[in-house]
Amino acid sequence: MSTQTPSKLEKVLDSGALGVTSECGPPRGSDPEAITKKAEMIRDYVDAINITDNQTSVTRLCSLAACIHLKQMGLDPVLQMVVRDRNRIALQSDILGAASFDIYNMLCLSGDHQQFGDNPQGQNVFDLDSMQLIQTVRYMRDEGKFLGGDEIKRPPRMFVGAAANPFADPFEIRIPRLAKKVAAGAEFIQTQCIYNLEKFEEWMKLTRDRGLHEKVHILAGVTPLSPPVWPSI
Amino acid sequence: MIVADKKPIEEIIDMIKDYEKILIVGCNECVTVCEAGGKKEVGVLASALRMYFMNQGKKMDIDEVTLERQCDHEYLEEIRDRIDQYDAVLSLACGAGIQFMAEKYFHTPVYPGVNTCFMGVTEERGVWSERCQGCGQCILGQTAGICPISRCAKRLLNGPCGGSTNGKCEISKDLDCAWQLIVDRLKELDRLDDYEQIAPIKDWSTERAGGPRHVVREDVRQ
Amino acid sequence: MRLRYPDTIRIVRVPCTGKVDVLHILRAFEKGADGVYVVGCMEGDCRFENGNLRARKRVAQARELLDKVGIGGERVKMFNLSSGEGPRFAEYAVEMTEKIRALGPNPIKKAKEKRAA
Repeated sequence: MSTQTPSKLEKVLDSGALGVTSECGPPRGSDPEAITKKAEMIRDYVDAINITDNQTSVTRLCSLAACIHLKQMGLDPVLQMVVRDRNRIALQSDILGAASFDIYNMLCLSGDHQQFGDNPQGQNVFDLDSMQLIQTVRYMRDEGKFLGGDEIKRPPRMFVGAAANPFADPFEIRIPRLAKKVAAGAEFIQTQCIYNLEKFEEWMKLTRDRGLHEKVHILAGVTPLSPPVWPSI
Repeated sequence: MIVADKKPIEEIIDMIKDYEKILIVGCNECVTVCEAGGKKEVGVLASALRMYFMNQGKKMDIDEVTLERQCDHEYLEEIRDRIDQYDAVLSLACGAGIQFMAEKYFHTPVYPGVNTCFMGVTEERGVWSERCQGCGQCILGQTAGICPISRCAKRLLNGPCGGSTNGKCEISKDLDCAWQLIVDRLKELDRLDDYEQIAPIKDWSTERAGGPRHVVREDVRQ
Repeated sequence: MRLRYPDTIRIVRVPCTGKVDVLHILRAFEKGADGVYVVGCMEGDCRFENGNLRARKRVAQARELLDKVGIGGERVKMFNLSSGEGPRFAEYAVEMTEKIRALGPNPIKKAKEKRAA
């Protein structure tokens, strides 16, 4: 895996070190301090900060704008992009927008169904799926072209990530699905939160058996439990 | 078939209340099979509406007819000689039939008596479910005969998403995950290796996105 | 058993209550019936397996519709009994008749008279 982009995260991961990222959800309002404060708190402990994209389909300040705030603080944001809300025109356009602010990391996701959010009656898009979004951003970066075939002046330089859920069903295609994302062009994987270590280890073993760990950086997801849900020990 | 569901009678009453002579037109095809707009439903609706308006002391004459189809000229023509006797038509056909009626009888107001839902199948009597969204570019050959466009809540061509649990979709535990079905069937057909082929970005121009569609067949056209 | 039951009731025989449709019930009201009740076999004892269960659903549909069009859903009811329960049949007839008397005549009749006048 030779370094392709100016991403700090990519450099850290390529060096063989343990990369650390933390997730930062944008606010349900326009106050940028909601982002910058969180970022200040964690900036000395992380290599990059993921900004979620209207997670659980609840309307929030957009991921791209929040990433720009981080970038202006000298941090390395990971732009999360879901394919739920935008068609291929808007996705490519936002990728260029992010690139214009020298945002170098992107995580390609399907996105939760809008039913879970504050606009369950809204239309969804799903013009591309997450697999195809990975292909799209890699194509824009590596070929310097839009999906339509036209040339991009100053193509984006994105370190391209995808999600993996080692615990979802059907389990038998979890590894083939990971392989598919790698084949589509994913360079790093962020997993869902791991609460079941045994199953995660099984998943990692199968990943290693196929040699996928040599082809993609894998960041394991961890969420500290907040006090009200601490298990009683 | 095209699956429709009955409109609430309150909504129908509200649509037609200002008229005095109504023709309720059923359809013998899909809406008869899904028990929303056939001869029997026409009869029940007409009877209920007559009683409602009679009870309200409002003049309302309601006649009934059920045509073989409302999506073909020849059957719609059967009411040409009587259509002018009515203030309005309440059609219990699918959205296609209702519109064809409106196009043909340009001066007669036409109202929908059903909500047209989807193209689907009868799973059992009283349970119908969607199978096709008419995308105009069938991919069932690649997906083991199960359509992710009509049956996956995110229309994922490379699914499943991370929300698939115990074979069910993240939006409802009563809804099968289409990709679980696809994987199960690929396995059954000994084709699980096909799963790793990445489905290419879809050309949606043959779908709704491309605007209203036509099929023109010069070989059968007259 | 020469049991008596109210003579206001008109019996319509059907081979099975499964033959009774929503439309039959509605038409009866449209023609001025004050009440309609369907008497089927005991549930689980249908000779045609589920005729009486179908009837129960149709009676429920008719009830809902009659409520919505202002006739009153309580004017229609389903009863079940076995063929040996003659006294019960008479009891149900009395019960239904009393109920309908309390409700008064089908409002359609009044509306029709008004229209004619």
